[in-house]
Amino acid sequence: MMDMQSIKQLSDALSKKQISSVELTRHFLSSIETHNDQLKAFISVDEDRAIAQATQADKTLSKGNARALTGIPIAHKDLFCTEGLATTCGSKMLANFVPPYDATVVQKLDEVGAVTLGKTNLDEFAMGSSNENSYFGAVRNPWDTNCVPGGSSGGSAAAVAAGLCVAATGTDTGGSIRQPAAFCGITGIKPTYGRVSRLGMIAYASSLDQGGAMARSAEDCAFLLEAMSGFDAADSTSSDRAVEPYSEQLNHDIKGLRIGLPRQYFSADLDAKVRELLHNALHELERLGAVLVDIELKQAELAIPVYYIIAPAEASTNLSRYDGVRYGYRCEAPADLHDLYTRSRSEAFGEEVKKRILVGTYALSSGYYDAYYGQAQKARRLIAEDFQQAFKQVDLIAGPTAPGPAFALGSKTSDPVAMYLEDIYTLAVNLAGLPGLSMPAGFYDHRPIGLQLIGNHFDESRLLAAAHQYQTQTDWHTRKAPVFAGGAL
Amino acid sequence: MSVTTEQLADVATLARLKLAPEHSQSLTHAFNEILSLVDQLQALELESVKPMAHPRDENQRLRQDLVTESNAREAFQAIAPDAQEGLYVVPPVIE
Repeated sequence: MMDMQSIKQLSDALSKKQISSVELTRHFLSSIETHNDQLKAFISVDEDRAIAQATQADKTLSKGNARALTGIPIAHKDLFCTEGLATTCGSKMLANFVPPYDATVVQKLDEVGAVTLGKTNLDEFAMGSSNENSYFGAVRNPWDTNCVPGGSSGGSAAAVAAGLCVAATGTDTGGSIRQPAAFCGITGIKPTYGRVSRLGMIAYASSLDQGGAMARSAEDCAFLLEAMSGFDAADSTSSDRAVEPYSEQLNHDIKGLRIGLPRQYFSADLDAKVRELLHNALHELERLGAVLVDIELKQAELAIPVYYIIAPAEASTNLSRYDGVRYGYRCEAPADLHDLYTRSRSEAFGEEVKKRILVGTYALSSGYYDAYYGQAQKARRLIAEDFQQAFKQVDLIAGPTAPGPAFALGSKTSDPVAMYLEDIYTLAVNLAGLPGLSMPAGFYDHRPIGLQLIGNHFDESRLLAAAHQYQTQTDWHTRKAPVFAGGAL
Repeated sequence: MSVTTEQLADVATLARLKLAPEHSQSLTHAFNEILSLVDQLQALELESVKPMAHPRDENQRLRQDLVTESNAREAFQAIAPDAQEGLYVVPPVIE
């Protein structure tokens, strides 16, 4: 059985010719074929491209100059532009959009020989915490198909959890990698803002958006993230700091590592069962040598109001580019230019996207700008400073990824505020530009729960090492979801 | 703060969106719920705090003002809903 193998094991098997990349790729294509109707994890699958890439990878492997990801089948969240392959962003607006270029992330993963199986489902323009806002249908959680997989990178999370790909890219603006990773029982890391290029990553909120890695284990995430990361001259927010070899630093000692537990994240409001599971996980880290320290994040409650002004404000600006003129959806028979703009946008954007555009437009409009956007930008600094205070005392911060396990489809769609509260523990990390990771930490009525670890800027290596060492002692990340492709290769 | 359905329709016009009449009531309700969620910021005393625009509080890196991209007009217009002779076609703006 090779279906639960790690990237390292698969890479080893590929190098030793125990299996070819084409065989591996065909295995995953057939798993997608079997399970995708039920899970809707993929929006598109490009068999020809995948087989061509796998064939090329096999050549590279036979020459003996393979990299860790050479020949490994992965998937991209469908908001990373792929040249010649439709990139929909989960929207009717871009249903027929075929980008003329590749996102830097896609290019980098192509360069190391990873095989792209297809593009994964997401909430429209990455706006959502349940994946129910996709024009292409809601994704189902492989652990319980009546439940959501989380969002917005729900397709990537479900695809990894169901064994439809080895690893997948995701993006995280307010929790969109970490929350679906938690709901689907996998590991996901959102790196520091600027670590991964945003070129060709369709914009939602530019000061918050960051690409990252989703896979079963921290070790697999390390391989993916190190290949995705790095300076890109074409993204002026990309950092020119050298990328650390994350996969080589996984065994760095965590003895004496100080992990802060914010009182505000473990308050009386936290579900008792979630608290118990997190405490068990934290004790395991303590056993490995970490030191748990109680800390304060006094501004924690500001994260939701600040995020729900800044993100919609940036979204309303970013999404003004969809005008029915240059690319994307255009309405039929527009009467005049105003009608062309208005009807193209009204007919092609979904309800959640429209709502956020409206909130953002309002927050930026004359007379309200200072009261909303200006005030939110100032409060954002308080949140960022709060973390910097905490990092004087501790190396990492731990908390829940989400308030509970995956919830039932449809249970929160009519209440926007309840849905927004799903991200209460993840939003602040984006506002402060910090790296955050979610890893499986147990089960709540058969549904996975995630532990979130937050690091200081560019401390991805430490996050991954802590998670990896936890995973050497626990087996939550190796459990198989009831909907799991499996099968011998 | 809260808005009426009419005020929300004005915001929609600014965003080049039209609210479907059957949804405008429920959308106004949802919009006002979001406003009440963010309204707590109004009460904060932040006079002396500097606004934060970049998540790592850094300045945008500048680059040399040099041409780095070649012209890809044909590739970009190939995906336009309507383009002719190198131009994007829209309904008449000036009669």
